[in-house]
Amino acid sequence: MSIAQQSPRLREHAPLLYPAVMLGIFFIIPFGTMLAVSFFHRVEGAFYEPAFELSNYARFFSPFFGRALGFSLLLAGLAAVLSVAIAFPFTYALTRLRRRVQVRWLVFILAVLSLSEVIIGFAWATLLSRTAGLSNILVWLGILDQPQSWSPGFPALLLGLVYVGLPYTVLVLYPALSRLDPELPEASRMLGASPLQSFFKVVVPVLRASIVSAIIMVFVFNLGAYVLPQVLGRPQHWTLSVLITDQAIFQSNLPFAAAMAIFLMVVSLALVGVTLMLGQQRRAAR
Amino acid sequence: MSTTLRNLLMAAVLALLLAPLVVVAGVSVNEKKELLFPPRGFSLAWYGELLSQADWLNAMKNSLIIAVFSAALAVSIAFPLAYFLWRHRVWYAQVLFGLGVAPFMLPPVITALGFLLFWVNVGLYGNMIATLISHAIFFVTLPLVTISLGLESIDRQIIEASTTMGADSRTVFRTVVLPMVRPYLISGYAFAFVLSLNEYIVAYMVAGFTVETLPIKIFNSLRYGYTPVMAAVAVVFVLVAILVFGLIARFGDLPKLLGAWSSKET
Repeated sequence: MSIAQQSPRLREHAPLLYPAVMLGIFFIIPFGTMLAVSFFHRVEGAFYEPAFELSNYARFFSPFFGRALGFSLLLAGLAAVLSVAIAFPFTYALTRLRRRVQVRWLVFILAVLSLSEVIIGFAWATLLSRTAGLSNILVWLGILDQPQSWSPGFPALLLGLVYVGLPYTVLVLYPALSRLDPELPEASRMLGASPLQSFFKVVVPVLRASIVSAIIMVFVFNLGAYVLPQVLGRPQHWTLSVLITDQAIFQSNLPFAAAMAIFLMVVSLALVGVTLMLGQQRRAAR
Repeated sequence: MSTTLRNLLMAAVLALLLAPLVVVAGVSVNEKKELLFPPRGFSLAWYGELLSQADWLNAMKNSLIIAVFSAALAVSIAFPLAYFLWRHRVWYAQVLFGLGVAPFMLPPVITALGFLLFWVNVGLYGNMIATLISHAIFFVTLPLVTISLGLESIDRQIIEASTTMGADSRTVFRTVVLPMVRPYLISGYAFAFVLSLNEYIVAYMVAGFTVETLPIKIFNSLRYGYTPVMAAVAVVFVLVAILVFGLIARFGDLPKLLGAWSSKET
């Protein structure tokens, strides 16, 4: 068996053929089609006809699109910062636990992460509802006079998004934190730092780059939220993801939907690219 | 962080993560068709309905068929690619790897729209095959990453030893490589299976009006009024996920799998 480096002979490419064909047909072609359609002309009552026009992209300058874009970015950013603010100290605590306990936590976190957005949206809508929600507990405790409905609304949507993003954030931070040299915080403790001081003055600064990449990764992840804005938010809380689907399926405006999807892809790829570069810089610095 | 503070923080996160699940579990055992928490009475009738009502049963069947086969298809694409890339680090194989990982990094609606346009053009829009293949491509990332990790963990000296003893590459593959990556193949399959079961937007955009999966069915029921059956499905999904990931943890090295999930972090 040849060990890498030397370039493989033609016959040895056999295993590559099938994955290349599958990804080519079912991934490259759909994305190519989407790119092409984003320049096509919309036909009322039908789908579209081939053309080359920029009018779909020109609609980005409309207030309608601007508002949705602004709101999507704000929501995703706010939820990303909140998720990392909770997940970072939590993950740090998690990686200090005994391995067996850690594994149990990881199983639970993976289970929550894999849960359908639909189920999470439904669960939070129930938890914040008047009949089955938290407010009933507050009534029982005598804090509220009568049960209230807290969903739909912006706080409900933000809470739901943080809930969806939290397990993802933990898993994004987990590698960096679990590889953190335990002697670092220990050394600062020996030099007289309190546990909190050692966390904020040693652990956080050392992992600053990981925190920044985590915020970006979770931000991109949040941009994908599609069900929650519809279940926990009101129509003014619709994000780009919802808008794209709405244009594609209910307004049958595939060219405009495609143009928005391409835009979202470019933004996301650029952000992912930044985090990859941050990662490489970190490696080079060592 | 001091121990008290740490325990407090972990308890708070646990409470946050558990709260909606507890409420859903409570709602699912209501005696009457109401969304009440704490539940009034106790009844497992809604779980029975999940297994007896034709429309829920049909959605469950669709979801299972799609998850079982799309995860297998994803592994079948990922394995040869990861194997080739492990043996030859050439740029075009790395580009293919990047393509396999890309859909997972992007907001899913983008991939979903690409698939929608593709299947409309091919004429299979609304067909279960479309959902199945779309899920396989969408989730190919997971087996790709786990299998690559498994291959990386094979000591190259073992391979060299077996080659020196006269084994050809086919024998090495069958007797050394395959047994050593098997746990990673299985966990890649399991990840893809569970995520396919829960996936909504790709399934919806590609065939949502004809092939109803469980998440689609729940979302549709959300619009027409609540039924505790939805809560019962949610509980079943949580249990399935805990079972599957629990098994991966039991037979594999979960922290290692997750530590390398974003291997760029080193």
